[in-house]
Formats: sequence, structure tokens, C-alpha cells
Amino acid sequence: MIKVENLTRKYGAFTAVDDISFVCRPGRVTGFLGPNGAGKTTTMRVMVGLTPATHGQTTIGGHKYHDIPNPGRHVGVLLDASAQHAGRTGREVLTIGAKTMGLPMSRVDEMLELVSLSGAEGKRRVRNYSLGMRQRLGIAHALLGDPSVLILDEPANGLDPAGIRWMRGLLKGYADRGGTVLLSSHLLNEVEQIADDIIMIGRGKIVAEGTPAELLQSTGTFFKAVEVEQLLDALVASGLHPAPVGDGYRVDAEALQVGKIAAANSVTLIELRPADGGLEDMFLELTADTQREDFGQVAPA
Amino acid sequence: MSAVLTKDEFQEPMTLDVSQTRNPPFLRLVGVELRKSYDTRSGFWLLMSMGILAVITLAIMTIVGVVNDNVEFAYEDFVAAIAFVTSVLLPVLGILLVTSEWSQRTGMTTFALSPHRLRVIMAKMVAGLAWTFVIIAFALVVGAVVNLLYGAMEGEMAWRFGWEGLTGFVITQSLAMLGGFALATLLLNSPAAIVAFFAYKWILPTLFAIGAALIGWFEDLLPWIDFQTAQGPLYEMTNMDGEDFAHLLVSGAFWLGLPLAIGIWRVLRAEVK
Repeated sequence: MIKVENLTRKYGAFTAVDDISFVCRPGRVTGFLGPNGAGKTTTMRVMVGLTPATHGQTTIGGHKYHDIPNPGRHVGVLLDASAQHAGRTGREVLTIGAKTMGLPMSRVDEMLELVSLSGAEGKRRVRNYSLGMRQRLGIAHALLGDPSVLILDEPANGLDPAGIRWMRGLLKGYADRGGTVLLSSHLLNEVEQIADDIIMIGRGKIVAEGTPAELLQSTGTFFKAVEVEQLLDALVASGLHPAPVGDGYRVDAEALQVGKIAAANSVTLIELRPADGGLEDMFLELTADTQREDFGQVAPA
Repeated sequence: MSAVLTKDEFQEPMTLDVSQTRNPPFLRLVGVELRKSYDTRSGFWLLMSMGILAVITLAIMTIVGVVNDNVEFAYEDFVAAIAFVTSVLLPVLGILLVTSEWSQRTGMTTFALSPHRLRVIMAKMVAGLAWTFVIIAFALVVGAVVNLLYGAMEGEMAWRFGWEGLTGFVITQSLAMLGGFALATLLLNSPAAIVAFFAYKWILPTLFAIGAALIGWFEDLLPWIDFQTAQGPLYEMTNMDGEDFAHLLVSGAFWLGLPLAIGIWRVLRAEVK
């Protein structure tokens, strides 16, 4: 439903988004995962026409955003929950949206009810809202026009654990009814829990995509050994390619094979287990300031 | 045929049926922009302050007029006083219509809901002009009420009013609002636009006058570039000749048309943050 094709956005010499392509399908929640500054927000802003693309394009349901008549009725957008006039009440923010889209005012009450901002809270000015309340208001605004596509930038930011659970249920239900959801996050666990598909972006490039199960499945074996140099040599001699991970090593091989090689070389293993998914390692590498160049090669299984 | 979806069948639900929606009509956008101009405290009090300042000014004038025997006011004086007060604040209204979308970052919502930015800008401009007309009507009504009270206190009513100046009054007030509006689109920043507007309205004509006094050829050129002075003859529009209109058009094109055109071009292209 959302299609990004060879999208590039440059700011002078800096490339915020570098030739990325992906699709978000209806009936699924797509998690757009990446550390801060990876290009998630820029990509989403291009999708809704707030930022022009340098190259490439994005379409929603086959249309350029600009060509969708009354787009709020088709695409719900929450890019920054704090980007509301501090002097307006929550109810007034929704009223303006409803009036722009030509919706009945009853819709405002329904949405306030949905996000638990009904009653006195709706009448308070946004200035006095907590970040969590602003997020709820932003989600209410995105859902106002009963759209079939949702684009949400860091919607869980500022929500308490109960709020995050509530939002997860809301978005899952929305996708189950055929809606398309794209939500971004810089928290792996958050995306893992809610997304049907994950698109991972780092420094403007897509570094991994797939379902959480695919991305998190164990890839190889993690081991630690006392005579580690000896074991590494033996593994390499067997045609394997062990790589350092954390305080140990990871190798694309069954634990049994590693154990046998260790035994044959009289190496004392102190840890031998299926490796954690590559996703977290990759994610940590992306967030680290070092190793800027190499992350692209750490492709998941 | 297998039960597995082919690629084309899988692509099929990827399209969005947009045939059932229409872009919001222009007048609805104007209505929304009008609402946005008074639904915040700052907007509400800006409008209120125009009314309050107008009433205070007229109250002072009435007292002065009643106390001093050698001061006589007529209807037109009261209206002119309100016009002066509102001509200072109307441009601020025009500025805030535009810049609040940037300073409060509501532009992200506004332009996501209405991606045709020119329509939004035009709706804002029409909303600004609508307020200008409301405020002119307010000036005429409040001026009449005060004149009635003043006349009752003085014992005689002076309903003198240069009606031929009314058109000029409407035009100069609209130009004041649009001047602020144009600078706002150009600068997209409330304080900068307000400061620039007052420099443009009050300081520039002074500099022009100094320049004209010092440089001979500049004096001949001045009527063509001094937009504020060129608006002067509008109050006696019946006396305006072709050259006066030409001065207004040329200086207006430079000081209003050009900033507005560049400003709108900027808004259409700007990244809305």
C-alpha cells in the first residue's frame, strides 16, 4: 500500500536517505526500525509531501500523496506529537482537523473517547499535556478521518507501559481489519512486539528487512573457549569463519560441529549455544559511533 | 491453477480507491483559517486588543473633546483614530496567520491535510482580508456610537465623514494587512516578520525622506518607490490622477507584490518542519 522506490534525500553534502526501496502491505503492521538520525522521519516526511525527495518517489495506494483528494480520509499521519499549537485545547486540535476534512463533529468525541482524552482532559490546552497525552491526541488526529493507511513516527514515545500495550492492541486491530500501518521506532523490543514486518534502516540505508521471526532467528553458534586462538585456527582450517561478538565468537555452524572440533583439538569450551539473532547485534552496531562503514555487510540469515 | 496468489493478484489490494473523496472546498479552508485565527489565546487577545485599544482611544478623544472647548471632533475623526490603531495590529494578524504554522509547527498537520499549499495560503489571505473588513465595520459602528455619545455631551452632532475616503480606507487597511502577510511568507518567523514590517512601514519612509532631501534625483524617483506615501492620495480617491495610480501600482508591485510572490514561492517549496 505504501511503496518507496529508490528514495534519496540529500541535505547539501549529507545524505539523510540513500536510495531506499520498500513496501508496506495492507493488513500488516510494518515497523520502521533504526537508531536516531537513521532517516526514518525524513522518509516518512517525504511520504506525506512535507519534504521533497531528491531522487526517487513514494506512493500510497498507487498515488502520489499530493494527488490524493482530501488525504486525511485515506492516510492518517502522526509525525511529531509535539507539533501542535500549545494554546489550543486537545478538542480544538481535533475540531480543526475534522472541519478541514469535512467530518461531523461527533467524530471528535469518538476519537477523544478512543484515546481516553474525553472529558476535562480534552478541554485542557496542549501546553499542559504530558508527552503521552500528546501522543494520544496525535493518534486520535491520525485516526480522525477513518483512513486505511497509518503513518506514525515514534508513536510509542512518551507512552507509559499500559499506554504502549493499548496502542499495540489498537494498531494490531486496525491492521487485522485490513489497514496498513507503518510505524517507526528506535527501540528493537517495541518493534519486535508489534510489527508483522520489520524494515531496519541505518545511516540512510536499509540494512535488513523481514518478519521478526526471520530477523531474530538464531544464526549460527556462539562460543567462548579457554584456548580460543587454537579453536579459531581449527575452525578456520575446517572452512568456517568465526567472528568476534561481544566477549565471545559467533560462527555459522551447528553447536555439535563446533563442539566436535573443540574436542578434537582438546580445547576447553566455557560457553557453547545457539547465537542470538543477528538483528540485535546489527542494531547495536548501527547505534555505535564506530564501525561506520562495515554495518552493511552484516546481512542477516 | 494453483491456489497461491500470483504476483499480480498480490499487488491488487495495494491500490487505494480515492474516487469517493474530494478536496475540501476553498471556502471551508477559509472557515478553518478564520477559526484558527481566534481559537488560541494569542489570536483571541490580538483581536480583542484591537477592539480594546480602539475603545480606549475613543474614550480619551471624547474626554479631550468634551473638556477642551477649542477641540471639535466629527464622526470621521473617530473612525480615523480606530483606523490608525488597527493599521498597526492588522499586519500582525496577517503575519501570525502565516508564521504560527511554523513557530507552533502546526504546518506539519495543516499541509499534510491540505497538500495543495497554495490553496492554504490563499485561504489564509482571504481570512486576513475577512478580518480586515470586519474590523473596518467595527470602526464604523463604534465610531458612530462614540460620536452619538460625544454629540450628546457637546450638544451638537457632527456626522461629517469623507465617504469618498471609505474606499481608500478599505484599501489602505487591506494593504497594511497584506504587507504583514507578504513579509510573513517571506520570513516564516513571527518576530522577524513583525520587526521587518514596522521597519518597512515606519522607518523606510523616513529614510526615503532623508534620501530625497539629500539627493536631488532621488526626490524625483521617490514617488515611484515609496509605497506608504503612494497610499496617501487614496483617502481622496476622487482626486487621484493617472500618475497617482501609477505610483501606487509601481511602488506596490515592488514592496508588496514582489515579497508576496517570493514568499509564496518559498512556502510552496519549503520543507515543513
